[in-house]
Amino acid sequence: MRDYEKYIRYRTFPTPWCPGCGDGVILKLIAMAFAELNLDPDDIIVVAGIGCSGRMPTYFNTNTLHTTHGRALTFATGIKLARPEKLVVVISGDGDATAIGGNHLIHAARRNIGIKMILINNGIYGMTGGQVSPLTPPTFFTETTPYGNIEPHFNVRTLLTAAEASFVARETVNRLMQLKQVIKKSFQHKGFSVVEVMSNCHVNLGRRNKMKSPLVMTKYIRDITMNMADFEKLSPAEQAPKYPLGVFVEKTERLEYTDLYYNHIVPVAQGSGARGEK
Amino acid sequence: MSARKVLQGNIIIAKAALAAGCDFFAGYPITPSSEIAQYMSKEMPRMDRTFIQMEDEIASLGACIGASLAGRKTMTATSGPGFSLMQEHIGMAVMAEVPVVIVNVQRGGPSTGMPTKPAQADMMQTRWGTHGDHPIIALYPAFADEMFSETVRAFNLAEKYWNPVVLLSDEVLGKAHMDVEIPDPGTYEVYWEKPHQVVDLNIYDRQIGENPPRVDFFKGYPIHIDGLEHDAHGWPSFDAKTVDKMQRLRMQKIYQNLDDIIRYKEYYLDDAEVLVFSFGISARSALAAVKAAREQGVKAGLFQALTVWPFPRAALQERFQRTKKVLTVEMNLGQMKYEVERVAPPGVEKRTLLRANGMPFSPDEVLAAIKELAK
Repeated sequence: MRDYEKYIRYRTFPTPWCPGCGDGVILKLIAMAFAELNLDPDDIIVVAGIGCSGRMPTYFNTNTLHTTHGRALTFATGIKLARPEKLVVVISGDGDATAIGGNHLIHAARRNIGIKMILINNGIYGMTGGQVSPLTPPTFFTETTPYGNIEPHFNVRTLLTAAEASFVARETVNRLMQLKQVIKKSFQHKGFSVVEVMSNCHVNLGRRNKMKSPLVMTKYIRDITMNMADFEKLSPAEQAPKYPLGVFVEKTERLEYTDLYYNHIVPVAQGSGARGEK
Repeated sequence: MSARKVLQGNIIIAKAALAAGCDFFAGYPITPSSEIAQYMSKEMPRMDRTFIQMEDEIASLGACIGASLAGRKTMTATSGPGFSLMQEHIGMAVMAEVPVVIVNVQRGGPSTGMPTKPAQADMMQTRWGTHGDHPIIALYPAFADEMFSETVRAFNLAEKYWNPVVLLSDEVLGKAHMDVEIPDPGTYEVYWEKPHQVVDLNIYDRQIGENPPRVDFFKGYPIHIDGLEHDAHGWPSFDAKTVDKMQRLRMQKIYQNLDDIIRYKEYYLDDAEVLVFSFGISARSALAAVKAAREQGVKAGLFQALTVWPFPRAALQERFQRTKKVLTVEMNLGQMKYEVERVAPPGVEKRTLLRANGMPFSPDEVLAAIKELAK
């Protein structure tokens, strides 16, 4: 048994994911990050919402919680506040995190609560059969945009930067070692972190957009992504369809929410006795 | 020494929750429940407990469920629109069998309705608001001492039966200041789960009627908890036999313990010719009316439901062996009256006093209805 395998719950296999899906890659890399940090499985909790990504917690041999659509961050907020010393990881998809769960995403970022979010961006609602998501690129065909997508997509990097997130990164399922390092780095960050992982849904997005094989789709992901240094050299028009990669934001000076609550608010409340009860 | 005070109803609930061991509160401001969150935000950090104001009511209940699964005693408080938003997570708490107390200080609805006016129109939403077959416990105090005792009981029942418990109130009870005796700790029962270790994945494994320890994370063995239908391990399962068992386990843990869960009060019912059925703020007017009726020689009595769900069916049925006239008094256009009708045998004359205009009943109005029915 390799060291990361103690974080995998083999008895729940097989996974529901299609052959060639990036989710399996991400599952393994997260487990490898746990192993490199040498964590006790009972000190970890993985929480997810609904969708293909929502099924991922079942396969971790850690504490795992499968919640409602878009709301994983709310459950995770309760868990982190109750047990700040635990590693609380949230796995989310693009529809889960930025559509139905968009409100919770920006508020978790604003609070800087120490939850580690892995946002798997495959640009589509995969489990429900391929409907447009807020991260589906413009003009793409989906089951609910049969004439092409007329909506612009959210940019997770700028959205979360604006929401004051203290750790924002993006990687792809093509760059395994970089992705594992970024995941590990986010786990070591004190505040709220989001790692957006560009992944392939060749079945429900690729198939309708001339990319029905995983190889063609991962090549497409390679073509639209680039290092931040290269991205910055482009003109705004050239930047528009491209996705820079790397760690964009890493602020360590901001205090984490549970640290603020237990180490600042609680002592103030206990010390001052400011406003007495009626 | 117990303390006698004049306190707002919302504050009595907040104090009682803290007395019951509530150590996690997540909420979102909404009239007429906000004083509960405000009080918690002030008192909980002083007690090294946790308060957070979330971004909406869905998030509030989500955070409570998360904290509950991490071992806390949790509560949230809201009113109509917020209670509507919480319905999805009430189902999640039922499915995953998570103790949590949800206070609903009822106001006029539907929609934004009348935020500053009372109503009792969420009675059926409380029972059936979330989708799917599910058990629910709902308590509804009416008088000052009950605001305290029923809040404590809500926590006890949630912890005992691993189920969400809805504590109903209304705008009048929430906002009114009342003379109340806050009992000393130790004079009322507070249920604490015995410390336990999780040793395997069989967290839901039990026979119908059995109550194993609550499911908690971080108890020494990593477990899985799911909002999907699951087997005894918590794994997702759609196997017909497994699903059938789990559905029945969840229902039976409540319906096999009705004696412990159901509580009601009876006033002047032994020789009553008119039974008034009521709860919450309406029960206060009804009790005054019943007393007035007695003074005028009309034999009326009050059946006040404290546990509204499950409905106190057996106790009410018993009363109908003797009393053949029933008046249901509630601040809605007819909700619990259907439950009364289902219990009342043929031959019982059934009347109602219903209203949903934001004005509580006066005792005189209830008295007039009693006298009309007694004729």
